[in-house]
Amino acid sequence: MNGKESAMETVLIQKEGRDGASSTGVVSAKDVTRRYGEGDTSVDALRGVSLEVVSGKLTAVMGPSGSGKSTLMHILAGLDRPTEGEVTIAGETITELGDTELTKLRREHIGFIFQFFNLLPMLTAEENVVLPLELAGIKPDPAWVEELTGKVGLKDRLSHRPSELSGGQQQRVAIARALVSRPTVMFADEPTGNLDSTTGGEILELMRESVTSFGQTTVMVTHDAHAAAIADRVLFLADGLIVKDLGRSSAREILAAMEEVSRQ
Amino acid sequence: MIRVTLKGLAGRKLRALLTALAVVLGVAMVSGTYVLTDTIQKAFDGIFSESYEGTDAVINGKQLVDFSSSGRATVSAELLDEVGALPEVEAAAGGIIDLQSNSNPAKFVGESGKPLGGDPTFGIGLDSSQLRFTPLRLVEGEWAKGAQQVVMDANTAADHGYDVGDTVGVATLGPVKQYEITGVTKFGSVDSIGGATIAVFDVPTAQTLFKKEGRFDGISVAAKEGVSSDELVGAIQPLLPAEAEVKTGEAQAAADSEDTNEGISFITYMLLGFGGVALFVGAFVIFNTLSITVAQRTREFATLRTLGASRRQVLRSVILEGFVIGLLASVVGLFLGLALGKGMNSLFVAFGIDLPQAGTVFATRTIVVSLLVGTVVTVLASLAPAFRATRVPPILAVREGSTLPRSRFAPYAPYVALGTIVVAVGALGAGLFANGLGTKSVLLLLGLGVIGLFVGVALLSSRLVKPLAALVGWPAGRLAGSSGRLARENAVRNPSRTAATAAALMIGLALVTVVAVLGSSLRNSAQSAVEKQIDADYVVTHENGFDPFPVEAGEAVTDADGVELASQVRFDQARAADSEVDVTGIDPTTISRFYDFEWAQGSEGALDRLGGDGAIVQQQFADDHDLSLGSRFPIETASGDTLRVVVRGIYDPPELDQLLGALSVSQRNFDASFLRPRNLFTFVNVSGGETAATTDALEGTLAGFPDAKLHTESDFVTSRTKEFSTLLNLLYVLLAFSVVVSLFGMVNTLVLSVFERTRELGMLRAVGMTRRQARQMIRHESVITALIGAALGLPLGIFLAGLVTEALSQFGVGFSLPIGTLIIFLCVAIVAGVLAAILPARRASRLNVLEALQYE
Repeated sequence: MNGKESAMETVLIQKEGRDGASSTGVVSAKDVTRRYGEGDTSVDALRGVSLEVVSGKLTAVMGPSGSGKSTLMHILAGLDRPTEGEVTIAGETITELGDTELTKLRREHIGFIFQFFNLLPMLTAEENVVLPLELAGIKPDPAWVEELTGKVGLKDRLSHRPSELSGGQQQRVAIARALVSRPTVMFADEPTGNLDSTTGGEILELMRESVTSFGQTTVMVTHDAHAAAIADRVLFLADGLIVKDLGRSSAREILAAMEEVSRQ
Repeated sequence: MIRVTLKGLAGRKLRALLTALAVVLGVAMVSGTYVLTDTIQKAFDGIFSESYEGTDAVINGKQLVDFSSSGRATVSAELLDEVGALPEVEAAAGGIIDLQSNSNPAKFVGESGKPLGGDPTFGIGLDSSQLRFTPLRLVEGEWAKGAQQVVMDANTAADHGYDVGDTVGVATLGPVKQYEITGVTKFGSVDSIGGATIAVFDVPTAQTLFKKEGRFDGISVAAKEGVSSDELVGAIQPLLPAEAEVKTGEAQAAADSEDTNEGISFITYMLLGFGGVALFVGAFVIFNTLSITVAQRTREFATLRTLGASRRQVLRSVILEGFVIGLLASVVGLFLGLALGKGMNSLFVAFGIDLPQAGTVFATRTIVVSLLVGTVVTVLASLAPAFRATRVPPILAVREGSTLPRSRFAPYAPYVALGTIVVAVGALGAGLFANGLGTKSVLLLLGLGVIGLFVGVALLSSRLVKPLAALVGWPAGRLAGSSGRLARENAVRNPSRTAATAAALMIGLALVTVVAVLGSSLRNSAQSAVEKQIDADYVVTHENGFDPFPVEAGEAVTDADGVELASQVRFDQARAADSEVDVTGIDPTTISRFYDFEWAQGSEGALDRLGGDGAIVQQQFADDHDLSLGSRFPIETASGDTLRVVVRGIYDPPELDQLLGALSVSQRNFDASFLRPRNLFTFVNVSGGETAATTDALEGTLAGFPDAKLHTESDFVTSRTKEFSTLLNLLYVLLAFSVVVSLFGMVNTLVLSVFERTRELGMLRAVGMTRRQARQMIRHESVITALIGAALGLPLGIFLAGLVTEALSQFGVGFSLPIGTLIIFLCVAIVAGVLAAILPARRASRLNVLEALQYE
């Protein structure tokens, strides 16, 4: 465990060194707005959001439906473009990048975990895990893949296809896939949204573990207070604005904050 | 990424298979064409090279008039003695043999008087003491000796159950005579000589039968040891008269095969053309299927993008998919072509085109071209879907129910479509109506025009789907109630998908419609042209309708009881002003009672003045050669004689199906100048007109002439276009392949749509739709798609055929719409729709409702 931790740190240090960014602010947003549609029917999903995602920590983004939390994550991850404002990841202003540079950025800096897992049905668990490396043309390091799959508890499921795995197992594959390229930041979109509470709890543990032991910077969008309770920091969104910024909190505190937010 | 693509393909086997089927047939047609024509070629090459295997030099009469029915000039028997006496000559033999034309016709006739075997019917006179020169091998028995014996070819013997010792009738230039079969023969190593039959006599018998007494068709010569073929040819040359020539055996074989090579390459190009049509339709199907699968895999592509796949990687993955499908399909098609080649030959035989066969030839060129063509077509068809896949933005990995963004160019599509159609019609118009274009540029313009028109209409058709579906889907709503209405809605739910599916069928239907309408126009025009020219109770022709038949047959009918008047028309070809020209020999006293001359210059009196040197020429011929009344010009006959004629009359026959030659001379003159005169027609009028009893009686007088056939006037008129009808049927069968390909396309689209709507179908079943109704719904959707294809294809075909008939109107072709045939095509479209729906409808009705609702 120790050896891996130091390996992970080395990677992080290397990345920081290369990008010349400080240990804080691997992902930052400045005055981000997002408007959908035009004229009378236009909707402001984000109305000026600024934030810094701290390296090596798990940041949860919470908020009621329509608060703009998903939009914020899509924009932070470079999947969507803000109407105004600027987003930087690892020192690069992604809002100015073209498709080719964005692809390169995704390969090097971003990992994704989806609500519906989004595994490729024709590939085995192991093939799904190493897919990001293959796409980037990097030969997977067998030792690293073995450690990773062991860590997420997939050792004896490696040759199974997604259809032969349970939902929890599929999400474990997805987590390993997100971690395999040692991304600067991992984005998780309602990672437990499609799982029962027991399995969801296991997945949350696994994510917490990867943050603690690998120092994996993670941004997670969720509407589940139990999920947010594992985060080092919880941001609350309402009507396109960040309305609350808590440190590590219990599920009860988070629920209370949610209620307060929705009352406003 | 390559692995992802290949594994993805393997995971969608049924879809990949259905997609591949669209290419398989086209490739099979290409490979089958090559296999078939290569095999025929090999057989012909075998026939020609083996014909001269033991022969160092061949002396032949020159072919003075190409395609002349009296064949080439002959050489005298004395020449054989002179050649045999040369010191360079080891051996020499004279024979009666002409494989280039049917100048020695010898038709076997069975007991019932029916001819055995097809065309051509080679009669051969063989010197059995000099077997080194002949490619014929005895399978059984002995060679024929004397006037009562004949040797039959093995194919005919086997097909009709004849054996050594049996008696068989043979019709040559005269009436049928009975011969004893003394042997059975085979042509070298060639498996089948096609529909041809061979009757081998001894030389004197053949000389008598074919009116070549004291003459040979050719002399085969073998050189003494140490004398080269060229030296031999040099030694023989000085002995030859002007109308004879000598060649080395090799050179003669090459010259012989040249003519047939031209015929074979025509067949090759024609069949390849139909293979190309099938591939073109297949390209549509592949384009559509891949477009649908790309749309269905939007989430997969988006996920790949979030995981770091570049646009280029997505592009390559779809193209690779196309490449793999194309390559696999081409390999399957290549081997299927081996079987299809045989099938196409049977097809030809069924349509009366029986060609020689040898061992199957599977050339490297066949493999290379088939694989290349199939793969390239598939890859090209996958380009557009591949580019569409690259436009899938990564955000679609997290957004539910998103559709692909429209292409930047989408708003311009209708203008592009209209532009394409306008340019295509322009190209067609230029190809059909512009003057002074070469054949190649005309064909190029027409080909590009037709392809452009299809593509343009296909592009535009997504806009037409809604109104057309409302029109052709109306009966579905009436017939099948709610499932019919749902079917109609489903058909228009994704117009571009339905449009592309229907477009594939449209191409096939449009082309068969062109064939049908053109065919009907040409046939009707030709028939009315014939009706305009003649007026007779009966017409006698050759059994096959175009070869000349023995004069004796015509005379037998003339002398029959009840015949009031008969007129014989002789026929052969000759050369005038360095080109081949049809010459008919007419009887000036009787012809005008049967044939209606439209005099341009001169009058009926011209016939009386025909005399020994008069000629009547067609207007076109007169124009081409600057002739007017009184002009004199020479013609050269196949025997080498020159005939000087003077123009006595010029007439203007209909453009289509001119019954008389460009040049007609008196029968007396004809018989004096042409070798072995034969009749093309005998026109007959009987007292009391045409009755069944008279028909029987006249047929009786022709019993001894199996070559000759009696027609009533109306039979004769239809028989003139019989060959043409056969050709039409052959074209239908060849075009049917592309219709089948579009059928696969319909199956594809439906299977994919059913798959896509799994949840919806589950819902419909959950709220009370029966399995039967589910099947009905899919079937009606399929039929509606097919009918949209027909609604586009039939008018398009009629339009194209209309353009062509307009261009042909100067040749007397008038537009005629074969309503019955078009209704049949409409029914074919409906049947195609029903057939295409079988598999998808079954899948839809067998859905497990619970699973379908949970399906994600």
